[in-house]
Amino acid sequence: MIDKSTLWLVIFGLGIGSFLLRFAFLGFVGDRPLPAWLVRHLRYTAVAILPALVAPLVVYSGEDGGTDPTRVLAALVTLGVGIWTRNVFAAIGAGAAALFVSVYLLG
Amino acid sequence: MPFTTTKSAFWAGVRDGAPFIAVAGPFALLFGVLATEAGLSVFEVMSFSLVVIAGAAQFTALQLMQDQAPTVIVLLSALAVNLRVAMYSAALTPYLGRAPLWQRIFAAYLLVDQSYALSHAKFEEDASMTVPQRMGYYFGTCLLVMIVWFGASYAGAAIGTTLPAGLPLDFALPIAFLSMVAPMMRTLPHLIAAGVAVIVALLGVAIPYSLGLIVAGLAGMMAGAQAELWLKTEPMLARDEGDT
Repeated sequence: MIDKSTLWLVIFGLGIGSFLLRFAFLGFVGDRPLPAWLVRHLRYTAVAILPALVAPLVVYSGEDGGTDPTRVLAALVTLGVGIWTRNVFAAIGAGAAALFVSVYLLG
Repeated sequence: MPFTTTKSAFWAGVRDGAPFIAVAGPFALLFGVLATEAGLSVFEVMSFSLVVIAGAAQFTALQLMQDQAPTVIVLLSALAVNLRVAMYSAALTPYLGRAPLWQRIFAAYLLVDQSYALSHAKFEEDASMTVPQRMGYYFGTCLLVMIVWFGASYAGAAIGTTLPAGLPLDFALPIAFLSMVAPMMRTLPHLIAAGVAVIVALLGVAIPYSLGLIVAGLAGMMAGAQAELWLKTEPMLARDEGDT
């Protein structure tokens, strides 16, 4: 269960933080370009953080830190269909279907 | 075709933005459902979507709060996922930077993938637009997307309270993340960044305070940036992240 005071802290912290990220250049910096090394690193934030967040949820998905094969199967199907079709919703649909089928068969 | 008024620029933006409701809607709906399942009230879901307006960052925060991660880690990770909006802000500044401050404040609040991608392409293509026309177009692209974003968040929250128990919803967020990440794997440096981040994250689960995620994210970013230098791939300025 999510603690209510934590939740509101996160909502407003994230709201203010996101606004500052969005306002940073439009409001404060003006036309000056970003250093190339910084842009190069920023380019990989989402592709690094999101997989880092998901990997433990997939690999340590079972009881007591073990691996739940239904979760691994669903993850692989989501990723495979997503890379193949480049379509977010096809990937979600295929992943959810794989999860339901494998939970029904194995779980 | 040059615009004659700010109003015609605004409506052109509304027209161009219309197809993107098909992208924003399902994400907001899913967020509403999953946030409700995580115990948030409809009011809390709506506040979240209204204050933050960032799909991937909202999903990230939701997952980490459910994992009982420290608040600082929740904020850092979700903001890291949302860092690309700073690049959008930088890219739009040459076109909108001379608009009045209050307009830039509203523009910043509404800066999402769709408004950035449409407006930047338009401003590049049509050099004859005045600053007020650009702002009109920009706000036009936001109109439908934002209505759908808030509406679908509400619908998701309403649906979430009626779902039967026993669905394997614990894994809905990982599936959502993977579906967002998969289309981003455009170049070898992107794959390398993701691969390094995954390995470090798996090795780093024992690091306290969920800091393993931050360490893994930084390692992935450095690996991707370094790989890009070595491989000399064409830079793609933030065009490859496709969520709200």
